[in-house]
Amino acid sequence: MQIHKYDTVIVGAGGAGMRAAIEATKRSRTAVLTKLYPTRSHTGAAQGGMAAALANVEDDNWEWHTFDTIKGGDYLVDQDAAEILAKEAIDAVLDLEKMGLPFNRTPEGRIDQRRFGGHTRNHGEAAVRRSCYAADRTGHMILQTLYQNCVKEGVEFFNEFYVLDLLLTEVDGVKHTAGVVAYELATGEIHVFHAKAVIFASGGNGKFFKVTSNAHTLTGDGQAAAFRRGLPLEDMEFFQFHPTGIWRMGILLTEGARGEGGILRNKDGERFMEKYAPVMKDLASRDVVSRAIYTEIREGRGCGPEGDHVYLDLTHLPPEQLDAKLPDITEFARTYLGIEPYTDPVPIQPTAHYAMGGIPTNVQGEVLSDNTTVVPGLYAAGEVACVSVHGANRLGTNSLLDINVFGRRSGIAAAEYASTHDFVELPEDPEAQVIEMVESMRDATGNEKVTDIRKALQETMDTNAMVFRTEQTLKQAVEDIAELKRRFQRVSVQDKGKRYNTDLLEAIELGNLLDLAEVLAVSALARKESRGGHYREDFPNRDDVNFMRHTMAYREVGDDGTETIRLDYKPVVQTRYQPMERKY
Amino acid sequence: MSTATVDNNHSAALDAAESTDAHLITVTLRVRRYNPEVSDQASWVDYKLEMDPKERVLDALHKIKWEIDGTLTFRRSCAHGICGSDAMRINGRNRLACKTLLKDINPEKPITVEPIKGLAVLKDLVVDMEPFFQAYRDVMPFLITKGNEPTRERLQSSEDRERFDDTTKCILCAACTSSCPVFWNDGQYFGPAAIVNAHRFIFDSRDEAAEQRLEILNDRDGVWRCRTTFNCTDACPRGIEVTKAIQEVKRALITRRF
Repeated sequence: MQIHKYDTVIVGAGGAGMRAAIEATKRSRTAVLTKLYPTRSHTGAAQGGMAAALANVEDDNWEWHTFDTIKGGDYLVDQDAAEILAKEAIDAVLDLEKMGLPFNRTPEGRIDQRRFGGHTRNHGEAAVRRSCYAADRTGHMILQTLYQNCVKEGVEFFNEFYVLDLLLTEVDGVKHTAGVVAYELATGEIHVFHAKAVIFASGGNGKFFKVTSNAHTLTGDGQAAAFRRGLPLEDMEFFQFHPTGIWRMGILLTEGARGEGGILRNKDGERFMEKYAPVMKDLASRDVVSRAIYTEIREGRGCGPEGDHVYLDLTHLPPEQLDAKLPDITEFARTYLGIEPYTDPVPIQPTAHYAMGGIPTNVQGEVLSDNTTVVPGLYAAGEVACVSVHGANRLGTNSLLDINVFGRRSGIAAAEYASTHDFVELPEDPEAQVIEMVESMRDATGNEKVTDIRKALQETMDTNAMVFRTEQTLKQAVEDIAELKRRFQRVSVQDKGKRYNTDLLEAIELGNLLDLAEVLAVSALARKESRGGHYREDFPNRDDVNFMRHTMAYREVGDDGTETIRLDYKPVVQTRYQPMERKY
Repeated sequence: MSTATVDNNHSAALDAAESTDAHLITVTLRVRRYNPEVSDQASWVDYKLEMDPKERVLDALHKIKWEIDGTLTFRRSCAHGICGSDAMRINGRNRLACKTLLKDINPEKPITVEPIKGLAVLKDLVVDMEPFFQAYRDVMPFLITKGNEPTRERLQSSEDRERFDDTTKCILCAACTSSCPVFWNDGQYFGPAAIVNAHRFIFDSRDEAAEQRLEILNDRDGVWRCRTTFNCTDACPRGIEVTKAIQEVKRALITRRF
């Protein structure tokens, strides 16, 4: 075991982590721990763009952007946070340009902008060009640019270090941040990082769904570590299903494809979004479009031999436009489907994409231990966090924005905290829980396999907790997950070694997914309304009287060791926008 | 309401893509295994698998790991050619396992899978990436400007932006560098990926440190070691014209125009 000491430790090296690292490194001695090499993070898979009311190509302002974000989130958004997001968006984009990001340009040489779902002129009048983009690899360019600037700033990385535990020490009755415990993948060695401030920026948890745009590594490690230590998770029932994943594979095809003029069609060739969203049509918010697609499929208008998908039609767009604006996704269609999107429509279906919920924070990125109390020294940013700027449904291009705005904010806040506070003592045997977790998993001799449990988890989540949910399906999910957790007690791995033991890693990741899937299902079961990405067929309307509030889920361990999830609720911060019926 | 603009006479390619007929075939994956915790010797191990030919080599590797031998070790993350984790040598050619479909590499014969060359193998298909990233860091891969920053964005014409578009696609997977015979023989050579990333800044109209980067690449381990074998261009999973970029850097060194 090794002990390291840093002012600030950042967990995760995607967009949020590296944006935070650029700020924190300038202000404090900082280490970034990441289970992947930084440029492998899933920020790189984001395609369509980053929203900011630059007004480079048409009239726009941050107030309209704020409104769209709140409406897009079906009024579960904390309005103070949404305002910060939209206001700081402009500098966030300009900062990236100054760091070198190669945005596409207008004829005048300014950053070009394009349309995206739910982003409108003057409170819903018509689609507005607000997404700043670099072809259809904006996330790739953000990830590369941030890594380049981390190299420039001399950010210290610990690559392939997997953080398994958060260390909290009680001082005067208040739990303070003391650091994290990490497992070094190359050697199997345990490392304790003693830190004044810790930022979780470890990404999403979409891998408990089968059809997903998420990477294999998006297993909610940060959320699960915080949850195990008694911290709440907010709004986990809100999961976004992106309308256009490649059929059966789930690979993302950007909404920018529809921003460029692409059209969704059913088996009759009908542009069905006209029925569901007369103004915004194919550019309605993602929850609306995903439900429309599944409605078409359920009513027998799906495409293909089994009628289980629809088409994204780009065939009316000039090939030059596809080559210039959408080169990657057209190549995905060629590589993975063997079709030519110049002439063939692309088979698509909604794909599990983004967790709106996560570790609750305030607008400085400080993590909350209940509705109002801050955990001193602990921060979170990006998909792992819930500020909440996305509410019940995130708008496209607002996540690349979120990681930059709140990554920067948490990096500054954490480093400032570190420079004005002393280290708190490490808890006794700080590594004990991790050693016990790793060794018991490595030495286990049970007869259950990780792959079987993971497959069963993904099946039940796709069947019971996806776009359409009912009390019955969610109860089924809760029951299935409980059974899978029992089976997980008997899981064993084949690789008993220390060197690059990814077999062991996958087992630990599955444990995280099981915990988080349970939180999703239990939170969803209790939310007897439909709002944004959470749609209950048995409660099809939004219920502002009883449910315009955030879910806060806590893990509780009884005296006999039994674990339960306790749900509490937190009010939504409302400033200037009253909830209205949501139409596109 | 606009209707019926999709041609009901689907192309054969679309029909094939939408087909739900599962016709599994038997493929043999011949994987180069190495685990110094167990043995100093690397060896080939054959795995017979029932696979859909539309699946990826990565799917086949997962099938081995998840159902046959959990000790098989490889890196992967996004599984669709964006993160750059799973470059490996498949049938003697550098490719991403997640971007290579079984049907595209003749699944009738055993498919060989081995680690990329020129970097130390740590376990099975996992190699030491540090020397690769060190070469990348050595070319100063970040925008360098002098003088005052504008309040808004710097202006850049679409033509100037287009000038370095190709080299911005790099995902640092090392498929190019580890396909280069010069790099195999001498690990000191910067290698194609580092040069591609230097190119990305040398030809960016906003950057003002091209001379410094060119001097770095003028080194004995720099661009002049390239013997234009085009292996790198063939290997690039992002379709970057790597050899052309290297040639452009060489030309810039001679003419000092960029």
